[in-house]
Amino acid sequence: MSALVPTLAAAGSSSKLDWYLTRSTGTVALILLTGSLALGVADVQRLSTPRWPRFVVDSLHRNVSLLALVFLVLHILTAVLDSFAPISLTAAVVPFVSSYRPLWLGLGAVAFDLMLALILTSMLRQRIGHTAWRVTHWLAYACWPIALLHSLGTGSDVKSTWLLVVTVACLALVAAAILARALSGFSGASIRGRGAAIGGVAAFALGLLIWLPGGPLGAEWARRSGTPTALLGHKSSSSQSTGGSR
Amino acid sequence: MRHRLRVNPIACEAHGMCAELLPERISLDEWGYPVLDAKPLSAELVAHAERAAQACPTFALLVERRRDQ
Amino acid sequence: MSAPEPPGLPRLLTGIPEHGALSLREHLALHGELPTFGARKRRGAQELIEQVELAGLRGRGGGGFPAGAKLRAVAGAARSPLGGGPVVLVNAAEGEPASYKDRTLLQALPHLVLDGSELAARAIAAEEIVLGVCETATAALRSLGDALAERASQQSRGAPRVRLVAVPNRYVAGQESALVNHVNGGPAVPTFTPPLPFERGVRRRPTLVANAETLAHIALIARHGPDWFRELGIASQPGSALVTLSGAQLAYPGVYEIEIGSPLSALIEAAGGLDGQLRAVLVGGYAGAWVDGALLRGVALSDEHLAPYGAALGAGVLVLLSSESCPVAELTRLTRWLAAQSARQCGPCVFGLDAIATVVEQLTLGTAERGAQQRLQALAALVRGRGACSHPDGAARLVSSALEVFAQELADHARHGPCAACERPSELPRPRPSAATTGGASAKPKPAPRELVSTP
Repeated sequence: MSALVPTLAAAGSSSKLDWYLTRSTGTVALILLTGSLALGVADVQRLSTPRWPRFVVDSLHRNVSLLALVFLVLHILTAVLDSFAPISLTAAVVPFVSSYRPLWLGLGAVAFDLMLALILTSMLRQRIGHTAWRVTHWLAYACWPIALLHSLGTGSDVKSTWLLVVTVACLALVAAAILARALSGFSGASIRGRGAAIGGVAAFALGLLIWLPGGPLGAEWARRSGTPTALLGHKSSSSQSTGGSR
Repeated sequence: MRHRLRVNPIACEAHGMCAELLPERISLDEWGYPVLDAKPLSAELVAHAERAAQACPTFALLVERRRDQ
Repeated sequence: MSAPEPPGLPRLLTGIPEHGALSLREHLALHGELPTFGARKRRGAQELIEQVELAGLRGRGGGGFPAGAKLRAVAGAARSPLGGGPVVLVNAAEGEPASYKDRTLLQALPHLVLDGSELAARAIAAEEIVLGVCETATAALRSLGDALAERASQQSRGAPRVRLVAVPNRYVAGQESALVNHVNGGPAVPTFTPPLPFERGVRRRPTLVANAETLAHIALIARHGPDWFRELGIASQPGSALVTLSGAQLAYPGVYEIEIGSPLSALIEAAGGLDGQLRAVLVGGYAGAWVDGALLRGVALSDEHLAPYGAALGAGVLVLLSSESCPVAELTRLTRWLAAQSARQCGPCVFGLDAIATVVEQLTLGTAERGAQQRLQALAALVRGRGACSHPDGAARLVSSALEVFAQELADHARHGPCAACERPSELPRPRPSAATTGGASAKPKPAPRELVSTP
């Protein structure tokens, strides 16, 4: 920390701290979202042990989701407050209106909106009734991949090992959870539904494998993803000094 | 004011959280569905019963209030 | 039929034609005009409800609920401020295979039921009458259609509109909330109550769900008065009732009108008697209670007299089982049928009735584990009262009474397996095949039990 302070002063703004916070809270939010999805699947699969009874698995799922939301809000606030990249509060909630990497940031806004919908409907479950709640909760399976794509497309750490490890681990956990649910004898899902789930997971993983090398892991991603030209020079130098590269 | 437990058997999907949170009055049959003790709830148990009702994922468990006869 | 009619009978079945239906003109010639209960509407309505209460008429659909109290409850139910008055829903769903009194009434004497529904509608200020009739009762449906056409020409302004709704041929479709659910466009399966239909039923209006025969009685009570009604029957259950008497060895199975409280032996005699010995009577239909044939002398047809046997008159369904049959084989058919008729909405019913049927099957084949009878008793106790409707209770009652009445045969089968009589064709009336195969059952599957992923 003591070494960091002169570095921050040298950078001439608090933007580096904000940028750290944005990236770290974003990553933690993604990890928590992954955990929430896995717990959600454990919940619906009636997973329980003597030390982790059903009500604990259920409460854990709810609490991890809320914690994910907290980190998500911090992630958004730090991104907005950061003077480096021009991300307005509106852009955080309304998809695709930002001037900074509009598509990839927009996906983040979509994921955030979905999160809000998931959490609000869950809190108002008694009012809206069980069926309406259950139908909207399926959006969780849309929220997660969108959040991941946002992280890969927008994140400035995407080329670093640690983030790739985190990404792969989260993907593995989600894939395992979905496959476990699709393959289990428990539930009234049709063969077609189960097939679609397994196919979806495979397609997503395969799609990432194909896209990543030529995309975020490829050359000049910052420019290709829509970073405003004015920031491009800064961008590469800041990523070097913060050890963002290998 | 007397409180009574009731379950909506159509909504119930045998999640079993109610039996974990109110074992004094709820046990599970061999298929995982709740068997309720019909006795009215004592004052100490009412709070636990309401928590159990909140925890039910399908809102199948109900705590009914009725005036004393 | 040999025996002369007891005095006072028939009432409902007066003038029942050999074929076809009694026309409106014939019906009015036989029973007289429909009384209007005075000029003032509300007073008239009150008067009819009072008459039905004084008569002590009890519902004839199985529940036995006092008809007058039901009328009063619906009449007094809160009205929605948006208008749309109460509804009369005539229950002729008759999903019970061994009962056909309601369709017989509708087929041959439709105007009696229509009179009753009109009177009930006036009593509760209903603007609509819905006739829920089993989809397989084609003759009844046709007859009703003709009868309604006859009445349409005579309809006074402001008379309630009538519509006919076909109901899937499934056992639970006749349950009150299931019938309301179906009429409202949903599946013919029970719903969780409260609210009960009398508060919120068809299109969320207060609904009087009344059995077709009950309404037929009301049509006569209105004409002849409560004292006349009480001339037959017993104090706790006055009047006459229709019963469906069946049994393969019975000479003349069919629908009979009896005086409530009359002995079963007299009815059997009037029906030409049984070819052979009577082993047992199934009272109340496929989900009723068994009564040992040896006790026949003491069996009189009223709730009061049947209560000691754990039975009730219900919808008047009586199936006679001769000594030639195998009661255990019959029990197997009954329990398996009851399990298949579950609406599949409630876990204890879905799994409990299946377990019961399986154990009975094992007992029949001699492959059951030790203590199978105790297991059946425990299962019966486990499912009782734990469904949204009383379907599991009916199965429990069937099994509990069978354990008592057929204890010997059950023990024999447990030890030695199938008997010679197992091969015989069933003496029970066959369930009517349904026109549609998927009518009524809920599509939502119940979670399978104990596939819970738990680790020690």
